[in-house]
Amino acid sequence: MTSYPTTWCRPPQIFTHRGWRIAFQVGVLVWFVLAVGTIDVNWERVVAGAERGLRFVNGFLQPDFTSRWKDISQGIIESLTMTFTSTIVGVAISIPIGIGAARNVAPAWIYYICRSIIAVSRALQEVIVAIFFVAMFGFGPFAGFLTLSFATIGFIAKLLAEDIEDIDEAQAEAVRATGASWGQLINYAVQPQVMPRLIGLSLYRFDINFRESAVIGIVGAGGIGATLNTAIDRYEYDSAGAILLIIIGFVLVAEYGSSYLRKFLQ
Amino acid sequence: MTDAPLETAGYGATPRREWQYRTPRTRLLIWAFWLCMVAGFVFCWQVMTAGTMWFFVLDAPKQAADIGGRMWPPRWSYLPELMVPLWDTLNMATLGTILGTLMAIPVAFLAARNTTPSAAFLRPVALFIIVASRSINSLIWALLLVAILGPGILAGIIAIALRSIGFVGKLLYEAIEETDIRQIEAIRATGAAPAQVLNYGIVPQIMPAFWGITVFRWDINIRESAILGLVGAGGLGLKLSASLNVLAWPQVTVILLLILATVVMSEWVSAKVRRALI
Repeated sequence: MTSYPTTWCRPPQIFTHRGWRIAFQVGVLVWFVLAVGTIDVNWERVVAGAERGLRFVNGFLQPDFTSRWKDISQGIIESLTMTFTSTIVGVAISIPIGIGAARNVAPAWIYYICRSIIAVSRALQEVIVAIFFVAMFGFGPFAGFLTLSFATIGFIAKLLAEDIEDIDEAQAEAVRATGASWGQLINYAVQPQVMPRLIGLSLYRFDINFRESAVIGIVGAGGIGATLNTAIDRYEYDSAGAILLIIIGFVLVAEYGSSYLRKFLQ
Repeated sequence: MTDAPLETAGYGATPRREWQYRTPRTRLLIWAFWLCMVAGFVFCWQVMTAGTMWFFVLDAPKQAADIGGRMWPPRWSYLPELMVPLWDTLNMATLGTILGTLMAIPVAFLAARNTTPSAAFLRPVALFIIVASRSINSLIWALLLVAILGPGILAGIIAIALRSIGFVGKLLYEAIEETDIRQIEAIRATGAAPAQVLNYGIVPQIMPAFWGITVFRWDINIRESAILGLVGAGGLGLKLSASLNVLAWPQVTVILLLILATVVMSEWVSAKVRRALI
């Protein structure tokens, strides 16, 4: 029979010393006061903007799909094609990098090279990368495609590498015992174990890439973001509301579609 | 030839049979899938690059070398000027996370199947709030809010908060749905009121997940708040866009390195805290 504790005991604390705890709480309070103090709000501007805010809410409730439909559809097509191509290219590039970044199948020097590629790709924000690609490759969806592919590499390769490191070693050992070469080991021991998850991750990344494609347009990389930016700059909030609703709709479809597909594949 | 005897084994009429991993139908389906992917890729590529100026693309290595040359050496004397924007960025991320989390908690409880007061009406509303907030990036929220509230860090804080609702709300409601029903039953069996069940049955179970999610989102928010200034919401991004606009590339380098250092720091802090929690 297991015995249960009959007295209450205090859950473990992060700071064991009472003085430290009080100092931490006072510090948080001081920071909070200072931080809130540095928010300078121009209330006249807020009051002036309130009317605009109301118009935006109205625009969101009564979206105007028709008057800018040509620009919106163009933006959507750019975003979707950008998302599709960049996901495929990004996944294709990240498979070798992901294999190289898995400690159990790659030699040390390749491991460090691939890990540093992943670290660079993950540390740089999509928007910052997009600024540079737009400066290099000119405005338009091609720069966006490159940005999203670059961001996909960091995401997929990292998760794929972790997945490969977590495989069941017994199966790899069995394949190795038959005298398989490195390529055969990857193909017959690693690939069947990580494939379902790789497909799931690719679908998830497709979803993220679509959302990101709406953002990088703001800095000139094409797609629906550029259309949205123009609509907001022109104070056409009804068109902006329509674009936001379309983005939400697409994300919903992509999310439910990908979760359905993932369930179907597993 | 070890295969050969199979065909001449004496049963001349039997066709050659080999074991195959997949049925012909699956093989056909897989082949069709790959065909569709390749065709789709080529089609999308054509549509996407229809308006691309290949002249600029071919020019890119030269441009890259040019920008790289201008960016080096970084102008380190610009660093003291960046301390105030850095403070703004950190505050924007942290206050935004606090505000967003406070708003996300009720939404999560309304969205979780086992705690929602009305599954027919309030749950879909809460789920819609979560999806709407998740699908719209904080940069877009900031774009809207700057137009409404005017430039400044308040717009940034609210943008970060609105984006955080969806993230924290979604993960939190999944955590609530995964709570152990037996502990809740036990509390209910003592005759506890619904609020007491919530307080003693559910909250202790989701507390570690809650702190983990919050710190994780804080880490993401630090990254995002660094660039919100590009649309006028204050912080480091404001300095970045100012430097980009006057093509002051050595300053851009300093800002990017500072952002990188901040991101690495926040990731380290968040990893430490999450490891301590779990």
